Amino acid sequence: MSLTSLISISLGAILVENYVLVQFLGICPFLGVSKKTDTAVGMSFAVIFVMTLASAVTYLVNEYLLVLLNLEYMQTVVFILVIAVLVQLVEMFLQKAVPALYQALGIYLPLITTNCAVLGVALLNVVSEYTFIESVVNGFASAVGFSLALLLFSTIRERLEVSADIPKAFEGIPIALVSSALLAMSFMGFSGLKVF
Amino acid sequence: MDSLFAILNAVLVLGLLGALFGLVLAAASKIFEVKKNPLFEPIIEVLPGANCGACGYASCSALAEALLEGSASTNACVVGGEESSKAIAEILGVELEKNTRLAAFVNCSGGNNAAKRYNYIGISDCHAAMRLADGPIVCRFGCLGLGSCVKACPFGAIHLENGVAKVDHEICTGCLICVDTCPKHVIHPVPYYADVNVACSSHEKGGALRKICNIGCIGCKICERTCQYDAIHVIDNLAVIDYEKCTGCGECALKCPRKLIVDSNLDRTPRVLDKAQ
Repeated sequence: MSLTSLISISLGAILVENYVLVQFLGICPFLGVSKKTDTAVGMSFAVIFVMTLASAVTYLVNEYLLVLLNLEYMQTVVFILVIAVLVQLVEMFLQKAVPALYQALGIYLPLITTNCAVLGVALLNVVSEYTFIESVVNGFASAVGFSLALLLFSTIRERLEVSADIPKAFEGIPIALVSSALLAMSFMGFSGLKVF
Repeated sequence: MDSLFAILNAVLVLGLLGALFGLVLAAASKIFEVKKNPLFEPIIEVLPGANCGACGYASCSALAEALLEGSASTNACVVGGEESSKAIAEILGVELEKNTRLAAFVNCSGGNNAAKRYNYIGISDCHAAMRLADGPIVCRFGCLGLGSCVKACPFGAIHLENGVAKVDHEICTGCLICVDTCPKHVIHPVPYYADVNVACSSHEKGGALRKICNIGCIGCKICERTCQYDAIHVIDNLAVIDYEKCTGCGECALKCPRKLIVDSNLDRTPRVLDKAQ
């Protein structure tokens, strides 16, 4: 493991294998909270926070519990449990210790318990056989990639909102889906990108 | 036997994990418990829950906390109006503060009557249009009629009529978000009970104004002479109503040669602010 491999993992997770636009994970919050840039920013921070933490914890659970007991096939269900508990715990802790941060993350923190991108990163860390550091970096970078996609898309949607020349039948969700497809296509352009 | 053992193993591990996590969460909820004021919930119930931010706080729950601290006044919520302020005063056991309910009014009736500088084709947004030589309307004071306020209003109380924004006083809650939104500053807060308003903001002299608008105030002072209550005066070539004195009789609206004094004539009783209190 070297610094270059970490950078390569980060860039890969942010651009080449962007969770939302290339791997199609976490589409629900991507469409749900992208109407306004404000909410998108809040959601982004919550996702970065939880995904980084979740990759660290699920790595430990997998390595020191599931592998030892030969229970690797239970990864999915155990990870869901671990992530849900983790988010609840963090929420309670923040409410008591850092009320300002709790206010800022608001409802987005409990919302992403079931974000499939969070579970996705935990499972993909195992599949890719990452070390602890690599897992955490991958979790963080994937979340940054998610945030990038979310922010880009929310600005596009705000723009769509003011320029009124959308045919009646395409207003709202249909035009959002069409434009997210175009955004995903543009991210396909990164697929040949190789840093090191 | 092996498979039975594997099943038992899985069930036990997951069961124990779940029980352990449950205990941890239960313990954490005790350790990290944040004590909430018992009055918090009832106040949340009487607030409308629109989270519009008109009170100056981020959300209804933020206002509720401020109310409990005593840093917000009981009539801070303009959306809930009298009903919710009464309920809040009751819950907190304090005296109800005076009703100062406001509504927004568009002080312009230009729209299609106003001369255009150019034909604007672009994003239907007043702020965007303002960037092109201060908008397509010649009148410096007039409504652009591109509906930024219509989009900004969280209650759908504003619509466009003949190219000019119009506030529906029945729906307007007085949150005044539109007042801040309008780049021309043509929307103003007026007392909720004020039925008679001047729908023009132009300080242009009569002659100059006739050239750029078919309807704006020319400062003829007929309204000033008509009013028996000394409640309307022409200041800087524009009729201005003194809401403290106005009784809402509507005489000036009848006499105005330009028909720009609007009597919404909703016949709310009482019709003026001082009687409302």
